[in-house]
Amino acid sequence: MKSAVIVFPGSNCDRDLAVAFEAVSGTKPAMIWHRDTELPDDIDLIGVPGGFSYGDYLRSGAMAARSPVMQAVARAAERGAYVLGICNGFQVLTESGLLPGALLRNAGGHFVCRDVALTVDNAQSAFTSRYDAGEAIHFPVAHHDGNYFADDATLDRLEGEGRVALRYGESVNGSARNIAGILNESGNVLGMMPHPERVIEPAHGRTDGRRLFEGLVEGLLARV
Amino acid sequence: MKARIFVTLKGGVLDPQGKAIHHALEGLGFSGVNDVRAGKLIELDVADGTSDEDIDAMCRKLLANTVIENYRIEKVA
Repeated sequence: MKSAVIVFPGSNCDRDLAVAFEAVSGTKPAMIWHRDTELPDDIDLIGVPGGFSYGDYLRSGAMAARSPVMQAVARAAERGAYVLGICNGFQVLTESGLLPGALLRNAGGHFVCRDVALTVDNAQSAFTSRYDAGEAIHFPVAHHDGNYFADDATLDRLEGEGRVALRYGESVNGSARNIAGILNESGNVLGMMPHPERVIEPAHGRTDGRRLFEGLVEGLLARV
Repeated sequence: MKARIFVTLKGGVLDPQGKAIHHALEGLGFSGVNDVRAGKLIELDVADGTSDEDIDAMCRKLLANTVIENYRIEKVA
C-alpha cells in the first residue's frame, strides 16, 4: 500500500497524520511538498493535513488549493485513490473543488478547540466501514473556520446520496445540518473538520479515530 | 492600471465578523446601526491593457470563492 501526506507551508498536523498512516499500515507515507507536481506512481491513499497553510491568507485553504501538488491530488482522486482531508485539509478540498460547499468562520466567532461528540451517518464508506451506522464517537476539533456551508439543493443532494459521513452530536460551529464530514460523489474523497489522527493510541485518551485508518487500509488491501 | 476588487459575502451567508463589529459599535454608543457586513478590498496593479476578462478570471479562480462570495471590479485610471 502506498500512501502520501501533502505538506504545505503552515501545515502542522502532517506528522501526526503520517504517524497514523504508518501505525495502521506498517509503511511510512511519502511526505510531498506543495511545490511537487507529481505523486508517487499508483498512490493509494493521500492525506491532506490540518494546519494553517499559507497562513490562511485570503481564505482558509485558498492558496493551498491552487498549489502545484493539488493538481496531482485531483488526478489521483479521479483515478480512484483515497483522499482524506482533515481540518485545513477539508478547507483545501472544498477550495479546490474536489468537495462541494465551503467552510465559513465558526458561527460563534470563536476558535473551537475541544473534544466533540460525533455520529457516524454513513458507515458504508471506505473511511467509515469500521464504525456502526449511528454510532456515537468523540474526536477533537481545533478550528476557526469549520462552519460548513452549501446551498439547500447541495445539502439535500449530499444527504440523499449518503454523502454526509459524520455529523456533530452537539453544537460546535454552526455547520449546516450539523455536517462534520462529507464524501465526494464516488466516495473516495472525505473531508472532515474533526481530527481522527489525534485519537489513535490509548495514550491519547481515546482511540476512536484509529478505526477510520484501519478501515481504509483494510479496504485498500482487499482492493489489491 | 489599478483595479479594485470588492469581495463580499453573499446574502444569507452568516458573517460573524460583521456581527462582532456591530456589537462593538453598539458598545461605543452608536445606536441605529441595523446591520454590518464585512468584506475585502483587493487592489491590483495590472499592466495597461489587461482585459476585463482576465481580471474577471482572476476573481473567479482565486480572489473570490463564488460558493459564498460575490465580487465587483472597479477599474481606476
